[in-house]
Amino acid sequence: MKRHWIIAAVLTAGLGLPALAQDKVKLVDVIELSGPGATSGTNWKSGVDLAVAEINAKGGILGKQIEIVHYDTQSNPGNTRAAVQRAIDEGTYAVLGPVFSGPIGASMQIAQRAEIAQIVGGEAAGLTKQGNQYLFRTSLSQTAAMPKIANYLKNTVKAGSVAVVWVNNDFGKGGRDAIIPELEKAGIKVAVDVATEQGQADFAADAIKIKNANADAVFVYLNEEESARFLRAAKQQGIAKPMIGETTLLGAKVIELAGEAANGVKGHVGLSIEAPIPAFQEFGKKFIAKFNYTPDHNGLKGYMAVYMVKWATEKQKKFDKKGVADTLRGATIKPSEEPGILMETTIEQNGDLDRESFLAEVINGKQVITSTLPKLKP
Amino acid sequence: MAEFIAYLIAGIATGAIYALAAIGFTLVWQTSQTINFAQGEFVMLPAVLVLLAIKLFGAPIWLGALIGIAAFILIFGVGFKLTVVDPMIKHGVLPLAIATMALSIIMKEGAKDGFSAEAQNFPSFVPSQTIQVFGASISLQHLAIIAVAFAVIGALQWFVGGTRLGRQMQATAQNPTVARILGIPVERMVLLTFVINAALAVVASVLISPIYLAKFSNGEVIGLFAFIAAIVGGFNQVRGALVGGLIVGIVDSMAAAYISTQYRLAVPLVLLVVVILLKPEGLMGRKEERRV
Amino acid sequence: MTAPATHESLPQRSRLSLPAFVDGSLLTLMAGAVILWFAPVGMGRYGTYVLSLWLVMSVAVMGLNLTLGYAGLKSLAQAAFMGLGAYTTAILTTKYGVSWYAAFALSGLLTFAVGLVLGFPALRVKAHYLAFVTLAFSTLIWLIMRNEQWLTGGVFGIANINRPEFFGIKLFGALEFHRFVVVVTFILAVVLWWMIRSPWGRAFTALRENPIRAASLGVDTRTYTLLAFAIGSAYAGFAGALYAPLVEFIDPSPFSLSQSFFLLLMVVAGGSGYLLGPFIGALLGVVLPEWLRFAGSLYLIIFATIVMLLLIACPQGVSGLLERGWAKVSGKTGAR
Repeated sequence: MKRHWIIAAVLTAGLGLPALAQDKVKLVDVIELSGPGATSGTNWKSGVDLAVAEINAKGGILGKQIEIVHYDTQSNPGNTRAAVQRAIDEGTYAVLGPVFSGPIGASMQIAQRAEIAQIVGGEAAGLTKQGNQYLFRTSLSQTAAMPKIANYLKNTVKAGSVAVVWVNNDFGKGGRDAIIPELEKAGIKVAVDVATEQGQADFAADAIKIKNANADAVFVYLNEEESARFLRAAKQQGIAKPMIGETTLLGAKVIELAGEAANGVKGHVGLSIEAPIPAFQEFGKKFIAKFNYTPDHNGLKGYMAVYMVKWATEKQKKFDKKGVADTLRGATIKPSEEPGILMETTIEQNGDLDRESFLAEVINGKQVITSTLPKLKP
Repeated sequence: MAEFIAYLIAGIATGAIYALAAIGFTLVWQTSQTINFAQGEFVMLPAVLVLLAIKLFGAPIWLGALIGIAAFILIFGVGFKLTVVDPMIKHGVLPLAIATMALSIIMKEGAKDGFSAEAQNFPSFVPSQTIQVFGASISLQHLAIIAVAFAVIGALQWFVGGTRLGRQMQATAQNPTVARILGIPVERMVLLTFVINAALAVVASVLISPIYLAKFSNGEVIGLFAFIAAIVGGFNQVRGALVGGLIVGIVDSMAAAYISTQYRLAVPLVLLVVVILLKPEGLMGRKEERRV
Repeated sequence: MTAPATHESLPQRSRLSLPAFVDGSLLTLMAGAVILWFAPVGMGRYGTYVLSLWLVMSVAVMGLNLTLGYAGLKSLAQAAFMGLGAYTTAILTTKYGVSWYAAFALSGLLTFAVGLVLGFPALRVKAHYLAFVTLAFSTLIWLIMRNEQWLTGGVFGIANINRPEFFGIKLFGALEFHRFVVVVTFILAVVLWWMIRSPWGRAFTALRENPIRAASLGVDTRTYTLLAFAIGSAYAGFAGALYAPLVEFIDPSPFSLSQSFFLLLMVVAGGSGYLLGPFIGALLGVVLPEWLRFAGSLYLIIFATIVMLLLIACPQGVSGLLERGWAKVSGKTGAR
């Protein structure tokens, strides 16, 4: 009897069918708003919101206003899968997010089966190796970024041996598995290979271990706060070797949290609001004005994801879900056609991206771009 | 050898942090025979409240600290006792322990939604310089934590054993019924314990946050290690928290150095299981007589 | 509405009235199974998936309810046991081509055995040390799932886990698999119902109520507590064996320590010691976020607050509340 009531409630909750308004196009963003991915997810969500607000203010896509919905995945694969399924049941035009690779792996088959484009923030190498025609990245994959780091270590830093410290989650492990073979190829010895925990607070022992390894350089591949804590611990232990990183280590959040300890950090940056491209800096200003914090690369990724959908729709001149994926695949989006893409981006057949990237250094608490690296296939 | 000393000193510095957080476990255990699963969040939250007060009222640091700390002690010392512990202890210790799990979620998610999902810098009251001890580096911040951990535990021992109020508190913890017969204001004593617990959480939070940064999820790691420290040292002794904290800190540091960075977390846990099997009351604990 | 285990705060409950209640809960189970069989028609794949997920979590909560609600043991490793079951099933079916049914049985057997091995030394000391040992176990298992990439896929998890067949009928679709989950959940719930009604189950309850008296009445305390824990853990293993093919992907994150805490909260929210409590608890834990979608990530705070308020007002959870309400409506006093 009471059970009937409960079941009735479940039914009504599950059945909530959306009323499709004619002048709106529904976009669902499936994203980490709680759990370990909350920091990345919040940045991504803000980026998406900023792009949607801009597009709607300028009359929408092909005259239709975007109706954006965010579903929290709790950074959990099962929930992500459910949320993507829900997005598709509710008739989303494309799926945006998530950022963490595990949840992407759990949900990408659903979008693929429904033949709907899923534009994600993940960087793990494996995602685009499964022949999924509907998955698209918003940043360089680790496979694309790591050779650039290895090159940099070999030619610019002239390191003969490197200590690698990484965070033991899908992001860190993926990066570590991608850099080690590249280092070997470049003839650089891995002096010590240190795994750390996600959310780890104390890095003293790790810093001592790295100090004792006495490598020519340290490659740091951790999430934001962990990067900051590590840099502080390294400074405290008096490690004087160059700290080399990829995007995160040179991010605004890390510089803010690590303070002086971030000075002198160098590395490769895929996306940055400090990049010497006016569009990026403009984005940074708009973002800070609206959300009152400095975005990391995930903010940029979320922003670009919405503009990728816009570009593809305007290119095909109609709202065709499958067409979004077909149009994006193999396309090159130029800022002259779509300013929201911020920089020229080529989407490869498997969903990987090719675009310019940067070498940067932290000087006096600011990220300074030292040079621009060309596209892999210009 | 210099390497070993470096790891040892790093371990002691970390261990002192765990010890400071673990004292709360032993205090709550002694007065209510329950485990406060929100202990880690108790250490996380004061720093967040201080930052929130600074942000909301635009207050200078000292005023923000005052507001944040006062609010925390009021809500999580007095309030926790009156609104969570009192109504629930009637139903037994199990519901109370589970209620603290719910509380930890509320505190964590509240800090995230009410303040920030990202880590924030927290001002340090101690300069961040480093000094050299036996060829190893240690920061003044860590030294301050070690000093405070020892001082707090010494003071608590003195308070419990050497003052009238402290002895009344101790008597209440050991046998509330007899204490009541002896005319000790049991309710006030229990309340006092919870206020001390909250105040200690504040001290730990203010000392730790400049190093660990203020973040809503920090309580998970600190809580877990403090919990292991309390079990290893002995749940029913305040000095057990100190010994347990230092041991766990050193073991953790050595594990990262000499065993495996991937399985680093496993080593203190194995230690915990071994202690439970061989000396269940903890290294410093006394055997508990069964209470009826 | 359900079969309440006598609880220390309700000593007046007469045990003679149990059978009447128990038949009621069996009837509810059967009615629930029939309704859930047809419920997802026209509900879309997403709604169906959430219903299935709810049932799978209910199985894990059912097991924990046996451990906590009937035997009074606090286990902090239910999610880890669920992970053990999920990984066993995923590895056996994807890498070794073992049929799901065999993998399901092995998952239960393995978690049962691990429960025995884990519970034996802990319960030798004192009941609450089980909480400490399971806490350590929970994290150790999680570390193994994450680090042993050759076996478990490590942080990248295991993808493309196939759903089983039923006598040649493929259960790949959301609705078909949902019905399969309904049947399996129903069988597991009935087995538990039977177990609790049996002399065995009464011994469990007696144990929680008063271990000393139970021992003096000749109940072999240690064996029974150990069995309650091992069976409870096996249910988590079964739940894991269903979870893997439902999600078709697993990684270590849903089996962490905080998930074990969350499962405990579900037991308490639903009403520990009530046969149907787990279904209500899991409903609050799994389906509530869907209802609270307007609240975004605040749903966790809302869920935890509900649990806190329940613990203060009615430690018997929602089941206890409903029972109180029912007693009032039907004019019977609490003495019933």
